[in-house]
Amino acid sequence: MDKTTTTKSKMKIKVGLLKSSFPVVSSIFVAVAAVFIAAARKEDPAPAKKNNSVCAELAKAPKKAAARRNPMENDPDAAAAGGKLFELHCAECHGDMAEGGRKAPSLLADPVQQATPGTLFWILTNGVIRRGMPVWSKLPEPQRWQIVTYLKSLGAQKTFRDAGKGPP
Amino acid sequence: MTQRAITQSRVSADFSRFLRFLGLAVATLAVPARAQESPYIVTYNHYLEEPGSLEVEYFSTFGTQRNGNDFHAFWAEFEYGATAWWTTELYVDGQTTFNESTIFTGFRWENRFRLLQREHFVNPVLYLEYEQISGADKILKEVEGHDVESDYAIPNALARQEHNHELEFKLLLSNNFKGWNIAENTIATKNLTGGNPWEFGYAMGASRPLALKASVKRCNLCGENFIAGVEMYGGLGDRYSFGLRDTSQYLAPVIAWNLPSDWTLRLSPGFGLNDNSHRFLLRWGISREFSGFGEMMGRLFEGHKP
Repeated sequence: MDKTTTTKSKMKIKVGLLKSSFPVVSSIFVAVAAVFIAAARKEDPAPAKKNNSVCAELAKAPKKAAARRNPMENDPDAAAAGGKLFELHCAECHGDMAEGGRKAPSLLADPVQQATPGTLFWILTNGVIRRGMPVWSKLPEPQRWQIVTYLKSLGAQKTFRDAGKGPP
Repeated sequence: MTQRAITQSRVSADFSRFLRFLGLAVATLAVPARAQESPYIVTYNHYLEEPGSLEVEYFSTFGTQRNGNDFHAFWAEFEYGATAWWTTELYVDGQTTFNESTIFTGFRWENRFRLLQREHFVNPVLYLEYEQISGADKILKEVEGHDVESDYAIPNALARQEHNHELEFKLLLSNNFKGWNIAENTIATKNLTGGNPWEFGYAMGASRPLALKASVKRCNLCGENFIAGVEMYGGLGDRYSFGLRDTSQYLAPVIAWNLPSDWTLRLSPGFGLNDNSHRFLLRWGISREFSGFGEMMGRLFEGHKP
């Protein structure tokens, strides 16, 4: 076999490979584009609807889980450590001050603040997969309780401010 | 409007689109990410990428080779959380075999689907992957069938002529118990080229953070930032000869260091458990998560709505 024939056959193999990989590569691009377009079209639900869905999710916590006590509630560092964890893992969706954002509801809202620590822990552990909240059971249990302690401390601060006793 | 003016306005629109992309990219890079990554390199647990986040990873494997040249295989991984129940990932891989050559060895497209809405005692995730790789692929991302060390001794010039299209299915099972994560993966692979039989493999791992409680201050060396464990993986033969005979098996301690500056480093020295395995594999990886990547791309698309 001469050199020209070898080069031609190599080129044929390359063209064949390109042809065979084309459907796969193009389907990857189509899938990725579809994901991004879907993300772009997501719209904010109305605040009232958001509140209702939060209530509905909180109500799903089993009684036993809702009744769990927060083992960190008397830990003086828990709220501060929880605040650090909140900033790292939660603030992107729920807002820096937990005031809510485009993707996730406010955690200062009454239904959340009135929920038991056990309920919040249960939501944090299980996520709300259908609505885009991932499960956070990858954080060890003590860290999840630290976040719950932080969230509860935000409610106490809010009550203090609402009563007009807050610092200027 | 003249043709030239139309072309100029198109160029200007393209340029402004590019500038906007650049601006958004810089803004995304500045957003703190949420590193809490598992230390496993081969085993998967049931945690998916957070929706809208992109994780960019680089991994490296150095392997010793009897009756051949040692090698360094590497791959880049782009992992995107499409939804809270679906993560999609693209791998591009290559390898250097010492005293031979450095070559590109193929790509993989992987998808993981969470099967249950809530956490259970055991949490299943379905894994589907398409691979288009050459016979010179050495990343050992998974070990299956009768993969043995001698397969990797074939010179690159010869091995790269073999092209494989493979479908890979995994059932990922994982749970958490008292701070420990226990994960088990069952692997089934079908090479679509030629009449190859179904091949099987497994991977399992256990890991735990060095500290379960978070400290108050941000710190690099706190115990909570380190996750250590061990993983074991290997082949289980194929459809006609299922079992451990003529398979390779590995045991590897693993450690991940999740830095508050959003980077994760992983290290894993692996040891072959039988004569069919590479004696030693040294793996390491570095990754960074970009949260809000999906939103950034979304804004880019939204900007061009009529």
